[in-house]
Amino acid sequence: ARRELCGATRLGYFGRSQFYIALKLVAVAQSGLPLRVESLNTVKDLPLPRFVVSKNEQESRHTALYSSDADNPASYSGVIPPPPGRIQVKKGSVSHDAVQQRTSTDQQESTSPVVSPQQSPPTSPHTWRKHNRHPSGGNNERPLAGPGPFWAPFSEAQPGSSTSSDPIWSGHSPPPHQENWVSFADTPPTSALLAMHPASVQDQTTVRTVASATTTNEIRRQSSSYDDPWKITDEQRQYYVNQFKTIQPDLNGFIPGSAAKEFFTKSKLPILELSHIWELSDFDKDGALTLDEFCAAFHLVVARKNGYDLPEKLPESLMPKLIDLEDSTEVGEQTGEVGYSSSPAEAPPSKSPSMPSLNQTWPELNQSSEQWETFSERSSSSQTLTQFDSNIAPADPDTAIVHPVPIRMTPSKIHMQEMELKRTGSDHANPTSPLLVKPPDLPEENKMSSSVKFTAGNTVTDGYSSSDSYASDPEQIGSTVTRQRSHSGTSPDNTAPPPPPPRPHPSHSRSSSLDMNRSFSVTPGQQQAGVVAYPPAVPPRPQPSQGAGPHVHRPVDAEGLIAHTSTSPQQIPEQPNFADFSQFEAFAVSGVNKEEEDEIETHSEVLQVEKPSDSASSLRVAKADGRVEDKAPANVPTSGKGTTPLAPPPKPIRRRLKSEDELRPEAEEHTQKTGVIAAVLASQPSIPRSVGKDKKAIQASIRRNKETNTVLARLNSELQQQLKDVLEERISLEVQLEQLRPFSHL
Amino acid sequence: MADTGRAGQTLENYPLYIRSVPTENELKFHYTVHTSLDVVDEKISAMGKALVDQRELYLGLLYPTEDYKVYGYVTNSKVKFVMVVDSSNTALRDNEIRSMFRKLHNSYTDIMCNPFYNPGDRIHSRAFDNMVNSMMMQVC
Repeated sequence: ARRELCGATRLGYFGRSQFYIALKLVAVAQSGLPLRVESLNTVKDLPLPRFVVSKNEQESRHTALYSSDADNPASYSGVIPPPPGRIQVKKGSVSHDAVQQRTSTDQQESTSPVVSPQQSPPTSPHTWRKHNRHPSGGNNERPLAGPGPFWAPFSEAQPGSSTSSDPIWSGHSPPPHQENWVSFADTPPTSALLAMHPASVQDQTTVRTVASATTTNEIRRQSSSYDDPWKITDEQRQYYVNQFKTIQPDLNGFIPGSAAKEFFTKSKLPILELSHIWELSDFDKDGALTLDEFCAAFHLVVARKNGYDLPEKLPESLMPKLIDLEDSTEVGEQTGEVGYSSSPAEAPPSKSPSMPSLNQTWPELNQSSEQWETFSERSSSSQTLTQFDSNIAPADPDTAIVHPVPIRMTPSKIHMQEMELKRTGSDHANPTSPLLVKPPDLPEENKMSSSVKFTAGNTVTDGYSSSDSYASDPEQIGSTVTRQRSHSGTSPDNTAPPPPPPRPHPSHSRSSSLDMNRSFSVTPGQQQAGVVAYPPAVPPRPQPSQGAGPHVHRPVDAEGLIAHTSTSPQQIPEQPNFADFSQFEAFAVSGVNKEEEDEIETHSEVLQVEKPSDSASSLRVAKADGRVEDKAPANVPTSGKGTTPLAPPPKPIRRRLKSEDELRPEAEEHTQKTGVIAAVLASQPSIPRSVGKDKKAIQASIRRNKETNTVLARLNSELQQQLKDVLEERISLEVQLEQLRPFSHL
Repeated sequence: MADTGRAGQTLENYPLYIRSVPTENELKFHYTVHTSLDVVDEKISAMGKALVDQRELYLGLLYPTEDYKVYGYVTNSKVKFVMVVDSSNTALRDNEIRSMFRKLHNSYTDIMCNPFYNPGDRIHSRAFDNMVNSMMMQVC
């Protein structure tokens, strides 16, 4: 039936309204309602085309409503059964309206038999009430008089919808009502209205045409508001908001009293009542209406128009800021809308156009408002501050030991602290153990972080961040470990026991340094990766490794940087991969310390200068600085070296040790990959031997050294880049830290 | 004190609002209020200048009659508030009177903020009524 109605009434542009109405109907789930919906739809649509006519009708209806309010409620309430009745009544009116409309529409001037105004008003109230009832389920207020045009559709709809009381109502006032309105329509709107009603009508019509939409909406609103007195439905709210916008585009602004007065005067309520409404709604007594106040006022107007008495004081639901975008029951809303639209008598002509739009928009608006609400909720709930902690573990899948490594760039102090702890722990643990033992992962990370940190003066965060950023899984661990180590160097209290696991990991990460060496020899691909990973770690490591012993001490002195460096190298050597290095180490340590330093420094310097791997370079620099500081900056810039890539700490160190002499001269190759380095490293062990051998050996060693040099250079560049990255991360982390700082204080 | 009358009157001295408790003898109060307006005018004119200070707004006891006192208050817009209280009510102190006038004035300004209120109209504001009633209940 519904569909039929909808279809029947569809004038072509019902589609939308119909849809909405259909929706409403469904929600309403009332047999009667469907009809109303239909009528609503029709009304909505009709008004569009018949705006002219409807306007008058609407206005007339309004006036009728007003006048009939008193009469109708009493008389009709009894007659009209609950919602279904309303529908029927509507139908009757609808039919009448339809008839009327037809006539009116046809001619728009046809003079329908002038029905006693009294009749019409009653009808309108009836319809109104019916509408109201539906929406509010309990509104016996005057139903909104659907505009005349609406009636036509209704009539069409009616056939589809067979409500029992049609005949009753049809015979009733609707015709007269319609007639009245029709007559209104016939006569010039104003005149007709005047004729029918006192000047108020006139004013209303004129004003109303503009405001009729408003009124109709209001009426609708009223009806729907009755469901929950004083509760503003979403649709209503939307409507109010839209109206507010017409006066004041800024939703946060005010509507001045004069504008509001003008606006609400259109509702044709007595000034006294409007004054009272104002008093109620102007919560802050500032003579202007905010959006909330406006909605409250509007709501009150609507309610009043629907026959509700104004409360003595503002209902809670209308309190500013207490008005919720409630989702009034669909039924309510829909019925409200349905009521509006369907009540032929009621909806003022102007209303009809607006109503359809409103009705249509309301659902949308409601949805949108709901959506908005959800948005706000979402947005509000979106917080997501960096997720430090949570990210930690997941960040390094590989790291079995998951130090609470914060995700990269997570400026979580906590992480950093943890890392620090770890570091310290690791440092503690590690210092004793051969530096090489440090997990390869850590080395890189640690190096990076540590290096960064060192640069930062042991800013844990920085280090962490850097390490985080670095965070390749193994690396992170390694880094954390290294960090810890460094911390241990720096902060003796580090709790985190040096994660032995990291070592194994580090074997990965450091594998970056150590493994890389191996891997380089074994798998070029890995090497590269390792190299990359290492570079950051390398710097610290190499340094430490270089001075493993001395470095170790240094870290203690140097606070961390050195520790890192010292530890890292130590770690590196510890790794199985270090085997290769061990030779180197031994080699390197011997006298390489200085070289290392120099190398490192130079490396760092060179790195900085030459390589993109800022991080690496920076690390190196940091490390170098650290080392330099500790040791004695004498060695700083060994010119040749700079270019040698920061191969995995141990590696580079070692290499440096070995190849320093060789590499230095050769430095400047950035592109060398760790693979090369690895190869070089691999070859390096032999270098010393070769060195000691004859020329061939020397040449071979030279070759190797060169290769190593290139590799180292590459490493250096990579490390530099890593260093840069780490630094960047560090900076970001610092920024985040600063941002978080205030919170920490909160 | 059983009787209290209030009246707000404009320059033209027509009452915008008048309320008395109890309702009997209202006419007497009305008359009293009206006559006291002369006293108010007298005081206002005596000032000669725009009165900004609330003290000046509060005119104080206009004159005591046999069994009631009349207090006056005038706003800057020459809206006069006259309060007649029973002399038997000794509990009412000057401060209280002042506070009551202040409340009246505030309520009146709230009314003025209402765009639907035309200055010079009778005051029908329910809020105002409520306020006045409560005040009078306090006093009575």
